[in-house]
Amino acid sequence: MTTGKNFLATRWGIVSVGGLIGILAPLLQKWGNPANMGVCVACFDRDIAGAVGLHRAAVVQYMRPEIIGFVLGALIAAYAFKEFRSRAGSAPIVRFVLGAFAMIGALVFLGCPWRAVLRLAGGDGNAIFGLLGLIGGIWVGTLFLKGGYNLGRSQKTHTSVGWLLPLIMLGFLVLMLIFPQVQGQEKSGVLFYSIKGPGSMHAPLFVSLMIGLLIGFLAQRSRFCTMGAIRDFVLFKQTHLLFGFIALVVVAFIVNLILGQFNPGFAKQPVAHTMSLWNFGGMVLAGLAFALAGGCPGRQLFLAGEGDGDAAVFVLGMIVGAGFAHNFSLASSPDGVGPYGIPAVIIGLLTCLFIGFTMRKEVA
Amino acid sequence: MSNVVDARGLSCPQPVLLALNEIKKINKGEIVILVDTDTSKENVSRAATTQGWDVEVEKVEEKYRLVLKKD
Repeated sequence: MTTGKNFLATRWGIVSVGGLIGILAPLLQKWGNPANMGVCVACFDRDIAGAVGLHRAAVVQYMRPEIIGFVLGALIAAYAFKEFRSRAGSAPIVRFVLGAFAMIGALVFLGCPWRAVLRLAGGDGNAIFGLLGLIGGIWVGTLFLKGGYNLGRSQKTHTSVGWLLPLIMLGFLVLMLIFPQVQGQEKSGVLFYSIKGPGSMHAPLFVSLMIGLLIGFLAQRSRFCTMGAIRDFVLFKQTHLLFGFIALVVVAFIVNLILGQFNPGFAKQPVAHTMSLWNFGGMVLAGLAFALAGGCPGRQLFLAGEGDGDAAVFVLGMIVGAGFAHNFSLASSPDGVGPYGIPAVIIGLLTCLFIGFTMRKEVA
Repeated sequence: MSNVVDARGLSCPQPVLLALNEIKKINKGEIVILVDTDTSKENVSRAATTQGWDVEVEKVEEKYRLVLKKD
């Protein structure tokens, strides 16, 4: 028999969670996070990479408590509902590479799927090209899935394996408390802190952490996934996750209107550029990498919180990918794509195709 | 004897893909799907129900045995 009904996994459950994120993300912007970036998993992982010095782009360095909260909130939910399952061993290196290229693609567009819809809900028309790219990339991913692509099986493993990423996040939080931000200083102990740019803009630590924990908890229970929303619709004509994603954009749009954060247009949008082809291309790469890896960057954090060691490797791949993206000048800026951004997207796409075409054997 | 699909250890969307492939193959009767996460249990149940199949869930230790039936 089933063990109790999970309301959050129902149609109304996922709509409620998407809607709640649609309220909280614009509020985080009002309370200090950068514009149209209330929550952006790619941007925030990138800021974390900067905070620990994996890249030295001075404007994007901050240990984002939302990300820490996402993982730990999911961990708490998984334990509260007896769903914590430590598992690993399903093509970890492939997940690492997919995470790195997903990040590179997202940073060419300047946002993950969460931020793509938050940008749209804030009036940024460039996000339309990013979302089209995302859909295109996921569509290619579904062709591989139909053709038998899979990552192989994971194995049940020691509980401690599933605890490692949550412990890393806990460690990051401890570092933040030991080395708190000092006004006007770009370093506090071992941590880097932006004094200007998006990295310097953030809601108070406690607020960010609490909202992160809440979203992490609810998203673990509801299985909220932005990539899955599009993939399941394309692959199975299933609208379950899609309703959550749509709820996010609709509610965020309304909340932005109420808060006076809706500014329609293409030019001079916050933390965005107007090179449509590469807004599209960057997200084709990100969408394909997310589809091949089985989850959007948010979902990978929630899975890592419930014990999935392979999702944890994807997360680490994203953080390291952000290091490459800024050290190699692949990431875009409001001026446009970085000097090496375009070749990086092409290499990323070729890598994804290589993975997609070659991992088609039947699983044992 | 019902067809058994072992989807344990597979990540999204493999369990649903395998279940739907089996559903297409036999059209009616009984299919057993083995999964090991709550997410897979919910996803396979949701997909099968949409196709008009009845789903019974049995929990075996930390795993689930889903019995899909259609007359």
